[in-house]
Amino acid sequence: MPTSTKTIEQMAGQEYKWGWTIDIEADEAPFGLNEEIIRFISHKKAEPEWLLEWRLKAFRHWLTMKEPRWAKATYPAIDYQGIKYYSAPKPKLKSLDEVDPELLKVYEKLGVPVHERAALAGVETEGGTEGETGGGIAVDAVFDSVSVTTTFQKKLADLGIVFCGFSEAVKKHPELVRKYLGTVVPYSDNFFATLNSAVFTDGSFAYIPKGVKCPMELSTYFRINAKNTGQFERTLIVADEGASVSYLEGCTAPRRDENQLHAAVVELVALDGATIKYSTVQNWYPGDPRSGKGGIYNFVTKRGKAFTNSKITWTQVETGSAITWKYPSCILQGDNSVGEFYSVALTHHYQQADTGTKMIHIGKNTRSTIVSKGISAGFGQNTYRGLVKVMPRAENARNYTQCDSLLLGDKCGAHTSPHIEVRNKTGRVEHEASTSKIGEDQLFYCKTRGISLEDAINMIVSGFCKEVFRELPMEFAVEAQKLLGVSLEGSVG
Amino acid sequence: MGLLEISNLCARVKEGKDILKGVDLVIEEGEVHAIMGKNGSGKSTLCQVLAGREVYEVTQGQVIFNGKDLLKMSPEERAREGMFLGFQYPVEIPGVSTSYFLKAAVNETRKHHGLKELSAVEFLKLIHEKMAMFGMDKSFMNRAINEGFSGGEKKRNEVFQMAVINPLLGLLDETDSGLDIDALKTVAAGVNKIHRSDSKKAILLVTHYQRLLNYIVPDKVHVMIDGRIIKSGGKELALVLEERGYDWVENEVAAK
Repeated sequence: MPTSTKTIEQMAGQEYKWGWTIDIEADEAPFGLNEEIIRFISHKKAEPEWLLEWRLKAFRHWLTMKEPRWAKATYPAIDYQGIKYYSAPKPKLKSLDEVDPELLKVYEKLGVPVHERAALAGVETEGGTEGETGGGIAVDAVFDSVSVTTTFQKKLADLGIVFCGFSEAVKKHPELVRKYLGTVVPYSDNFFATLNSAVFTDGSFAYIPKGVKCPMELSTYFRINAKNTGQFERTLIVADEGASVSYLEGCTAPRRDENQLHAAVVELVALDGATIKYSTVQNWYPGDPRSGKGGIYNFVTKRGKAFTNSKITWTQVETGSAITWKYPSCILQGDNSVGEFYSVALTHHYQQADTGTKMIHIGKNTRSTIVSKGISAGFGQNTYRGLVKVMPRAENARNYTQCDSLLLGDKCGAHTSPHIEVRNKTGRVEHEASTSKIGEDQLFYCKTRGISLEDAINMIVSGFCKEVFRELPMEFAVEAQKLLGVSLEGSVG
Repeated sequence: MGLLEISNLCARVKEGKDILKGVDLVIEEGEVHAIMGKNGSGKSTLCQVLAGREVYEVTQGQVIFNGKDLLKMSPEERAREGMFLGFQYPVEIPGVSTSYFLKAAVNETRKHHGLKELSAVEFLKLIHEKMAMFGMDKSFMNRAINEGFSGGEKKRNEVFQMAVINPLLGLLDETDSGLDIDALKTVAAGVNKIHRSDSKKAILLVTHYQRLLNYIVPDKVHVMIDGRIIKSGGKELALVLEERGYDWVENEVAAK
């Protein structure tokens, strides 16, 4: 329909709001990747020998691997020697006065609430001030390569919960890290995960002890600030038997003309009867709206292992990055374990997303649910890629997959590539898919009821994503909805 | 002064062929008008142009609605100023519940007129009252707009929305098509009720058939052929048309 195309072409493109950079003195590694750099990183972090060995093993394996190109995304070759693998802002400080005012500005710009900002900027908060924040979200901020600070540590520690930066966890809880690191995503897993294993710099670590229900949302906020740096964070969350936790991650990056690589690994371990809910709102810089230049390559490996009677839920809202390549997956190892994946992926302008999940049913009576919503606008390309695999011993496995695409305009694309493998005849796998388009007629209909164009689009897109937003923690659901609105702003005349 | 004054309105599909070729029409406050005509005569286009559909461009003429220049307003402004279009083919909007949609619609208009937005409770009260008027099931409000509705349900929904939004002028584009006789009576009763609720309110019906006009009695009937209104009369004109067909009017006009 020519008119709808025309109006949709007028997507003037809301500027990326988080594209600023801040001058903060950084401690950086030189360009390039070799064993020396890995030793440098490991040394900077004063890591134990076993971890350095693990990194080197990964690096040597990585040298034998080829970068995968099967994702439906086109991009020029990545120069792995042209990246700085370590960048750290000035060291942590003890009082608010000592905090680099530039770093404070960062949090101000990010809109992190004032009272929480004191904690985020690296001031060790006392019990008293923590009470005032009371927002119920503990935050770990990862700036470039290192965890800047973690709030509410003390309150969590009273319950035996560990929540801190990954490097800190290596120092304070080496036995836990060593026991679980690489058990879900082994160092040899795939090109980007292996690279991450070699060079990861920081990330978050959480451990919820047996039977403990974590009383607040745990949250990590990632930001890439420095130029030419890659971000390779590693997150490990372990919920011990009967424990439960809800975890959120958010991310932004400055606007730059070069592409920046973000190759993270997230491992979740849900032991017997445990529940982990992992939610992501990803808003990395998507590249220039008009030329497609720059932006983050978001090549991430996320996987959880679910033991008997446990449950893992992935919820993601992916609105940023030039390219998103991620498949948060569940290995349903234990009997009666449950895996869920709820996803909204939006590609606007020249963004490309190839995302989905893998549900591997190993245990008996395992169940999985996949709800994927792809939204494409401008020249955006959106691919759902998924695997549902029922192994021979997985009696009575159940899967339900729903995969919907929404198109705005006629220059964008939506693709689905579901893979289903059932090796047990009691398995039941359902797949439903739909593709729809926001039409000029729908928008006109809304307008004749007095509803403005932007509101009409937001209404339709929110309606489309409803089933996924429902799964997000409340504050995040509101944020996510706003973010979609902003990302689509100007998307239609 | 008329509520709607259309003079010499000419419009075409953008860069395409002319469809309206000089429409003149005045609707006074409180009146019910009916436009009849063959398929392709421009009746629906007139409704769409009045509502501000972007696929059409106005090449000549003027439209004054309630004292204001209608053609200068965006579609949503026209709606907020009190013009409502009941669609011939209502659109489905999956995922958006009817109640959410209508609350947004009502409050946009209220904001436009400097009124306080309705709270959820106030809105529910309004909506239940109107639902009773149209004999609608409660589940209806939670359903997505028009999704999975039968043709008749969609048409009834259009008039129901009109009752909720409460416009000054309702343009009803073939609201009678696809309705069985019982549904037609319900819808007509609803339209009459809206019309009578305020002495200012006016209705413009577009229809092929005289049948609807038994239930909503027009003050004036117009015949549209080839983008122009070529004959106007009282309600009895509809009966003559039913009996003698549109060719009769064409021949009559040609003879003059």
